[in-house]
Amino acid sequence: MVERTPILTFICHLLLIGGIALVCMPLYYAFIAGSLTMEEVQQVPLPFWPGDHFLENIETAWSKVNFGRLLLNSFVVAVGITIGKVSISLLSAYAITYFRFRFRMLAFWLIFMSLMLPVEVRIVPTYESVANAALPIQWLIDLFQLSSLWEWISGNRIEISVEWNMINSYQGLILPLIASASATFLFRQFFLTVPEELLEAARLDGASAMRFFWTILLPLSRSNIVALSIILFLYGWNQYLWPLLITTDKDMTTAVIGVKNLIPRSDTEPAWNVAMSGALLTMLPPVLVVLVMQRWFIKGLVDSSK
Amino acid sequence: MAAPLHEPGLKQSHFKGVRLPALLLLPQLLILLFFFFIPAVRALMGAFLLSDPFGATVHFVWFDNFIALFHSESYRNSVRVTIVFTLAQNVITILIAGVLAFATDRVVRGQSVYKGVVLLPYAIAPAIAGVLWAFLFNPAVGPVAFFIKSLGFAWDPNLNGSDAMLLVVFAASWKHICYNYIFLLAGLLAIPGSLLEAAAVDGAGPIKRFFQISVPLLGPTIFFLTTMNFVYGFFETFAIIDAVTHGGPAGATNILVYKVYQDGFINLDLGSSAAQSVLLMTFALILTLVQFKHVERRVNYTI
Repeated sequence: MVERTPILTFICHLLLIGGIALVCMPLYYAFIAGSLTMEEVQQVPLPFWPGDHFLENIETAWSKVNFGRLLLNSFVVAVGITIGKVSISLLSAYAITYFRFRFRMLAFWLIFMSLMLPVEVRIVPTYESVANAALPIQWLIDLFQLSSLWEWISGNRIEISVEWNMINSYQGLILPLIASASATFLFRQFFLTVPEELLEAARLDGASAMRFFWTILLPLSRSNIVALSIILFLYGWNQYLWPLLITTDKDMTTAVIGVKNLIPRSDTEPAWNVAMSGALLTMLPPVLVVLVMQRWFIKGLVDSSK
Repeated sequence: MAAPLHEPGLKQSHFKGVRLPALLLLPQLLILLFFFFIPAVRALMGAFLLSDPFGATVHFVWFDNFIALFHSESYRNSVRVTIVFTLAQNVITILIAGVLAFATDRVVRGQSVYKGVVLLPYAIAPAIAGVLWAFLFNPAVGPVAFFIKSLGFAWDPNLNGSDAMLLVVFAASWKHICYNYIFLLAGLLAIPGSLLEAAAVDGAGPIKRFFQISVPLLGPTIFFLTTMNFVYGFFETFAIIDAVTHGGPAGATNILVYKVYQDGFINLDLGSSAAQSVLLMTFALILTLVQFKHVERRVNYTI
């Protein structure tokens, strides 16, 4: 602080309290609505103090959209995306910083190009790829006329068709989201700052490439991995478009989609109390992660956008 | 002695050989191939094809899908809506985040509490943020809607397009202020104290110092955030639109990325949807290149 400015400091506190009010107001009203009965939530204006039906509403939400299962799905998907992204990014970042091979720059650019296209812009074709991930193989079969080749060889007429459907499955929810240019880039930047002497020393001691990776590079990256994992967990938990598209089975979707299905529409009963209790329940795990691991979360947020 | 031959982004001491790095890269490249490159190529191909909804007949139609788009009133409406939405969201987000970051930088007591609370919405899914605001603004039960009506204004986002737009802009900004805030705050904290002290000695007050020293030094950060806000507004707000307004009423909140989804999955107009995808991809590409050009000029964030 350069000088004392009591008035300005006071104004700053006021502004920040305003900011906090802005952040908390929707959350507070969600809590109020979530704790009332359906009749009470229709009152205008809404009461300012919470009622005592919160657990009841949670129970209703729980049975209405099978929330227990949805929360489990969200957890599996978020953890799966986190572990998947971190591992494939660590491996590919190691390959492009620590190995000299002919297609190194090509690999780098192939990965980097994917940074540019979020899943939202290629919805339909990506969906088709997941609906039948074996499609490219089918193309090859069609291209080389393998069916007729087989017919010619064996005299039997068969249609060769392959299918690998990932709709309504965990792999369908997780796999398309784990390729990550930004995570790869983050680890690459970090590896470039690791002292050269470490590898030279490890080599003198006769360590192989993978041993160097496991015993030296991985432990050094620990803080980066933790920080990134938090961001990726939030990313996975809060996914919307992808689970919406590739789950048709109500028990295979995620909690966020469950909340969406609880919102009252014009032709349903106005059960805002249930929808709000479900929303609060769904945001609880990521909010706890951010509150408990705030320092790591900020590091992850700032690092992963560099 | 000649300088050692050095490839960019390669460690001075490194391994040689192809087999191991190829194996290490394989998982990433396979996933990219299946879920990224093949879909992108298919979108490109699809953009030049016209097929009926059941895929029975397919014609190659050159640029007809694109030309049809430029002539379509609903697409032009979608472009307008997207521009209004992203601009409004961008301005609101940066302004509020800037004020809060400035204030946080000034106060000593309670700084970490303020920071912790302002950051909370980052943890909340866009769809859920949308649901929270949809409730507040609900014309029948919402407390904010009640307040607006008690001031004598008509309010119904289910019927009035600009009300609906206001609602999604609020929800989208509320969710994204925290992201802008953390970068602006980090940037403010990184400004050397000596600069600010020198200006103070010359008689510049805190507000003047903020506008004449901090804001110019934050230039790259603000630029970066603007790009990120556009990316957010263009793509990630899909969830808010889908959960809250479904692009309505009458297309008033039908942003481009939502239209791709609607035309592709609901109206089954695949050629048009693919052409829209290609246009969006081009736009995303430009945004990334713009951002990438400035990646080296980025300030060093520590917090």
